[in-house]
Amino acid sequence: MNFKHKYFFLFPGLFVLIGILIFPIIFVVRLSLSGWNSYNPGLDYIGLENYIRLFTDDPRFWESFFRLSFLSVTTVILQYVIGFALAHMVWKDIKFKRFFRVLFLVPMMTTPVIMTVIWRTFFHESLGPVNDMLSIFGVAPKWLTDPVIAKFTVIIVEVWQWTPFMFLLLLAGLLSLPKEPFLAAAIDGASPVRKFIYVTFPLMAPISIGAIIIRLIEASKIMDTVYVLTSGGPGTSTETSSFYIFIKGLREFQMGYAASMSFTYLIIMIISLTIIAKVLTKLLLKE
Amino acid sequence: MKTCLTAIISSLMIFSPMAYADKWSDQFPHIKATGDIPGDCSYEKMSKKNYKGKTLKINTHAIPVMGEPTALHAEQFEKLTGAKVEVTHTPAGDLYSKAMVPFQAGQAPYDIVFGFSNFINDWKRYLAPVPKKYMNSPEMKDVTKSHMGVSSWDGTMYQYPVDGDRHYLKYRKDVIDNPEMQKKYKADTGKELKVPTTWKEYGEMAKYFNGWDWDGDGEKEYGSAEVMKKDDLMFAAFFSRSVAYAKNPRTPGGFFFDLETMKPNINNPGFVEALTDWVEATKYVPPGGTNFGLGDEIGSFGGGQTLFSFSWDDAFIAAMQDDSPIKNKVGAAPLPGANKVWNRVSNSWENQYNQAPYIVWGWAVGVAKKSKVKDMAFDYLCFFSNGANHQADLAIGRFGVNPFKNSDFDPNIYINSMGWDPEIANSYTKTLLDMEKSNNRVFPLRVPGVFEFTSAVATGTSKALAGQLSPQEALDEVAKEWEAIVSRVGKKAVQDAYAVGVKMEDNKL
Repeated sequence: MNFKHKYFFLFPGLFVLIGILIFPIIFVVRLSLSGWNSYNPGLDYIGLENYIRLFTDDPRFWESFFRLSFLSVTTVILQYVIGFALAHMVWKDIKFKRFFRVLFLVPMMTTPVIMTVIWRTFFHESLGPVNDMLSIFGVAPKWLTDPVIAKFTVIIVEVWQWTPFMFLLLLAGLLSLPKEPFLAAAIDGASPVRKFIYVTFPLMAPISIGAIIIRLIEASKIMDTVYVLTSGGPGTSTETSSFYIFIKGLREFQMGYAASMSFTYLIIMIISLTIIAKVLTKLLLKE
Repeated sequence: MKTCLTAIISSLMIFSPMAYADKWSDQFPHIKATGDIPGDCSYEKMSKKNYKGKTLKINTHAIPVMGEPTALHAEQFEKLTGAKVEVTHTPAGDLYSKAMVPFQAGQAPYDIVFGFSNFINDWKRYLAPVPKKYMNSPEMKDVTKSHMGVSSWDGTMYQYPVDGDRHYLKYRKDVIDNPEMQKKYKADTGKELKVPTTWKEYGEMAKYFNGWDWDGDGEKEYGSAEVMKKDDLMFAAFFSRSVAYAKNPRTPGGFFFDLETMKPNINNPGFVEALTDWVEATKYVPPGGTNFGLGDEIGSFGGGQTLFSFSWDDAFIAAMQDDSPIKNKVGAAPLPGANKVWNRVSNSWENQYNQAPYIVWGWAVGVAKKSKVKDMAFDYLCFFSNGANHQADLAIGRFGVNPFKNSDFDPNIYINSMGWDPEIANSYTKTLLDMEKSNNRVFPLRVPGVFEFTSAVATGTSKALAGQLSPQEALDEVAKEWEAIVSRVGKKAVQDAYAVGVKMEDNKL
């Protein structure tokens, strides 16, 4: 067999890789160097004009990026804590274990946009049931119209929707842990808390890092929740990077500029997630 | 004698605004109030067309507003002509891009695209002009002059008229005209309770009637329902409030920009005063009212939750439907004015009353230039707005189809077929008709990249409503953004397009 024939077998994989990964990225880069918009469609070349505008004259992009950082880090931390607690609960031999395992996955199986519409109805300040119930205690939070509270409303919906994903990964991790360290801890008479701190948590560290990174990647694309719940408002208080890029690209039709934001955002995310992964590895896997 | 009788009956059928129940209304209950109305695209005429084996693809708005009548008339069109009609429903904010992306890529996945009439400048190069056959039809001759202008660019019609929109004031007639309420209001405030003619009066009354049960239904009511949610329609609500302070009939040459210099007027004291009023309005909207989109506004006023509202017809029609708790308890009036108006030439306030209608145009629909079934597409649109369908659509608030034909301003349509109180029907048609006659109107922007301009307004004003910026700071930010957009698009391109709108505003077209 000719040695060169091996390349023939690489073609299908390479073709798919080029088609679905390389080409879109190259196209976005090329698009970002053009002035494509509603009145000037086409890939004209304008050099780095879009990038210069982004770095020197668009504070809204950076504001939305820092807002996104706050939202994604907060939601992922909450998802991790709640997800771990739930996974730990159904990992043990409790009654209706299978029922709870399925129940905790239900939010993830629903369509995010539909569920956000339902949440929006819940949080509707004059017609929704949440404030109706809270009115018994004489409180009526402005869930969607107060710039600070609206951020937490987005967090609540995101945590509800995606905690099951964290739960699923962590439960799979717990089920795959070796039994010996736990037996040893039991023989030594370790309390449940000490067992968790010194056995379960360290053993789960590699899985935890993977789960957190996967969720951070997903959370950094928060879009549908914001779109349906608040449209980025009140003002710009819940506007995230992906929502802002959507507005510039598909609402205002500044395709070239939106592409430059997307590419910049991609680079920032690659760098920051790499740093986060390194830091987490150092912190959790130090031994 | 027989010929004479036939001629008389035929004439009555043609010229009467309402025909009689017939075989078509038996088959299509939607038109049961009028039966088929003779015309170029009537049910009778359409039934003679044969489009079997052909497919028509339509991209329209989500159900119900405009999406529901599109789907309903598609189904009727299929039954009559044998065509297959595929209807795609898209949220309002995505209508522009859903058509623009394939347009720019040289494709036509949809034969018919629905959108807003201010898309015309960006869309016109991708749309087929309306053929003469339809332009000369009696139905088209009935369209008002302003809505013919809305659908056309430089004398060529690109958008088929199916709707006519404008903003006006809606109020609870049972409260404003109630002598007991008038007495109470006078006693508490020292002022007359009447239909507000200025935004300041509107604010005072809305504040007074905010947060208590003034109609005795056991629920709290509120002052005003407005579109305040940061999306692509709140800009229209802001302009409705701005026209009173910033559209000065003595300073022609541009409401949004100074046409000569293309310097934005958006941050002048007239607009700032309007935004200051709007920020104040956040205190008299229902809980969550600052996050109200158009659907919420329709539901809130139409459901009897507020004293006032202003925007498109839909909230008023919803309130006047048979299933509404406030049917025949609402009134229509022109948008409030102001006791002062900004003069951008002398840079000073003129202390005199000013009122200006805001013709928000509305839903528009065009046929893709690259469509392979253009004839069928135009026939569908002509059928959509034929006499019988149009009158039936007008009666259903959620459809979003509003008057745009001269014959629509006959109050008898609303009295006879919709059961409206004659006084309300008269005030409604008079309000709409007066806007057609006004010489101090404002039309929306129809310039290249219109979405960039309106999106900047939505962002700036929503920051002011949320308290992130003062009204002046917010509008200074919008003005800066507008200048940047003009510079990006090209001053000449924006100026040339804007000049067409200014001509209409200055009554020179």
